[in-house]
Amino acid sequence: MNFDYNEEQQLLADSVRRYLSDKYGFEQRQKIVRGEGWSADAWAQFAQMGLTGLPVSAEHGGFGGGAVDLMGVMEAFGEALVVEPYLSHVMATRAAERGGASDLLPGVIDGSMKLAWAHGGKGVTAKKGGARWTLDGEVRGVIGAPLADRLVVTSGAGELFLAGKGDVKPHRTMDERLAGDVVLRGVEAQPLKGAVDDLLDFGTALVCAEAVGVMKFACDTTLEYLKTRKQFGVTIGTFQALQHRMVDMFISLEQARSMACLACSRADAGGDPKSISAAKIKIADAARHISQESVQLHGGMGMSEELKVSHAFRRLTVLAREFGDADYHLARFAAL
Amino acid sequence: MDLNYSAEELAFRDEVRAWLRANLPQDLREKVENYQHLSKDDLMRWHRILAGKGWVAPAWPKEWGGTGWNVVQRYLFEEELGYAGAPPIIPFGVTMCAAVLLRFGTEAQKKRFLPRIYNGDDFWCQGYSEPGSGSDLASLKTRAVRSSDKGGGHYVVNGQKIWTTLAHYADWIFCLVRTDPTLEKRQEGISFLLIDMKTPGITVRPLILMDGAHEVNEVFFDDVKVPAENLVHEEGKGWTVAKYLLGYERMNTGRIGESKRQLHRLKQYAAPMMGASRWRDRLTRMEVELTALEITNLRFLDRMRRTGQPPGADVSMLKIKGTEIQQGLTELMMEATDPAASDELSTAIGKRYLSMRKTTIYAGSNEIQRNIIAKMTLGL
Repeated sequence: MNFDYNEEQQLLADSVRRYLSDKYGFEQRQKIVRGEGWSADAWAQFAQMGLTGLPVSAEHGGFGGGAVDLMGVMEAFGEALVVEPYLSHVMATRAAERGGASDLLPGVIDGSMKLAWAHGGKGVTAKKGGARWTLDGEVRGVIGAPLADRLVVTSGAGELFLAGKGDVKPHRTMDERLAGDVVLRGVEAQPLKGAVDDLLDFGTALVCAEAVGVMKFACDTTLEYLKTRKQFGVTIGTFQALQHRMVDMFISLEQARSMACLACSRADAGGDPKSISAAKIKIADAARHISQESVQLHGGMGMSEELKVSHAFRRLTVLAREFGDADYHLARFAAL
Repeated sequence: MDLNYSAEELAFRDEVRAWLRANLPQDLREKVENYQHLSKDDLMRWHRILAGKGWVAPAWPKEWGGTGWNVVQRYLFEEELGYAGAPPIIPFGVTMCAAVLLRFGTEAQKKRFLPRIYNGDDFWCQGYSEPGSGSDLASLKTRAVRSSDKGGGHYVVNGQKIWTTLAHYADWIFCLVRTDPTLEKRQEGISFLLIDMKTPGITVRPLILMDGAHEVNEVFFDDVKVPAENLVHEEGKGWTVAKYLLGYERMNTGRIGESKRQLHRLKQYAAPMMGASRWRDRLTRMEVELTALEITNLRFLDRMRRTGQPPGADVSMLKIKGTEIQQGLTELMMEATDPAASDELSTAIGKRYLSMRKTTIYAGSNEIQRNIIAKMTLGL
């Protein structure tokens, strides 16, 4: 039993944190959000740090990173509220490599090939004409679709395809990420081997890790606020009514962190979807609890666009629902 | 990162499990599983079986009968006891008084009391709370005045303790008493005394709780003469002793093995209700909370084992979450019974729901635990 990262994992997480605190502070992030919604410089840096190729196996020139290897990176991205569609890219990359599309992996690793994960579409159908496959249908809210070069699409029948982008109508999500509604009309596609369920469990574990990072930021910044904000001549952190709420947030964070560790290690071991659903239930509940309390304890300032905590609120609201919300995983847990 | 137990740890767990299967008397297990009252004889019978095996006080130093197990083994052992439905080891002697004696006691005190605690010859209770001193323990007023006569030095104790668990079974009580009421810092006038319950002037009066059970008592002291040799640590240093005890052995406050058994039981008992999604969701959330608590507990153990540091204040969260889960499980169990049912098991489940409200109040209420985390961990 060992809950620590190994040396490599810790070094990677540390270097990502160092980069983010230097170049991806809240002001820089807001500049990206107000601009194109993603930063090519940041993406190039991710590639240089080895992040774009992290999930790619060593055989294809990557680092063979599993969920635990990615966990520290996801936490750091969560703390900084990174808007670049890293998880969408990781999911699509994993699907592409496992499915046999290894020719695009060099581009994935060097950062020139950006992929997006187009899952959950309505009525996506695949047709085979001779040796060619084509896709028809719509996938809404694909994170990173506008900037991606290719998509990995799941059909209604649960098969995976590597495909061109079709028509993408860009928009911003509630948590300020660049997403797009994708319309596929006879878009050429390459079938990928592999089961979508394993991929989804992998992504669920990673979204848990990212949420832990955001929750850590929300707890830290709220605690800081309680120690500095004065009312009635004293810091508000001296009030027991607020202390106990802060303690409950801290407990939620610790419980969530435990479950993220469980989810990532089980995702790597394979074959324990129940633990992964349990983790997402806990993380969804904790995300809702911590996000709402962090805003409440900040008072009006917590609602302000100017404060990072209001952006963390938005991110946690979305992460609680990504890869299945609590209700979805409650049902899945009971059915397993 | 590896959340699995090692092969050695699993072998240890299997050894404990197999031994429990062979040595936990079925009548005791059935009483525990059916939420029935355990008599003093029941408790002591099990205590002596464990003592006979050498497992009644794993945390003690080996020279006094400890097992030499590491923190993970001790945790596994307690989890297996809880999961098997073993009667509880009453903590006042084995865990609490012994910890104090081992840390602060004289050689003579250790030799006099520890073997008798180990063998179950003395039953201990804890004299902390008073009618005016609950969470604010340092305000306690039970007075001990030092004097001497031809029999040697002694203290004369006057006052009252309350909520004294199983005082009606006890041979001895360890007490916080005030030896100096004049000091400005009230913590400094408190001392730690061991008192023989047969001493003249002690009266035990039952307090019946809402489940109808006699578990706690009031204990009155009326000119009770206590030999000075029964003082532990120095006079006026009782608060140091009490604080040490608070931080000691809090790694099993989560009662995870016990809660796992209750969850398992609940799933069987409430099987016909599993088709109802609202019920099922509540049960699942409880199971998820229990898993989160278990993993968190293991994280703390892992940290303790590798740093060698005693648990920090944040283990108070194990008490908070552990008791909330215990209560949550009894609440679900109570709701799974027919409110009109009069059979023995349904009645026992109802009583247990009433009784388990104590868990978030005793051993430092959950509000006090939150104060501890706020101050010690968060720096508020």
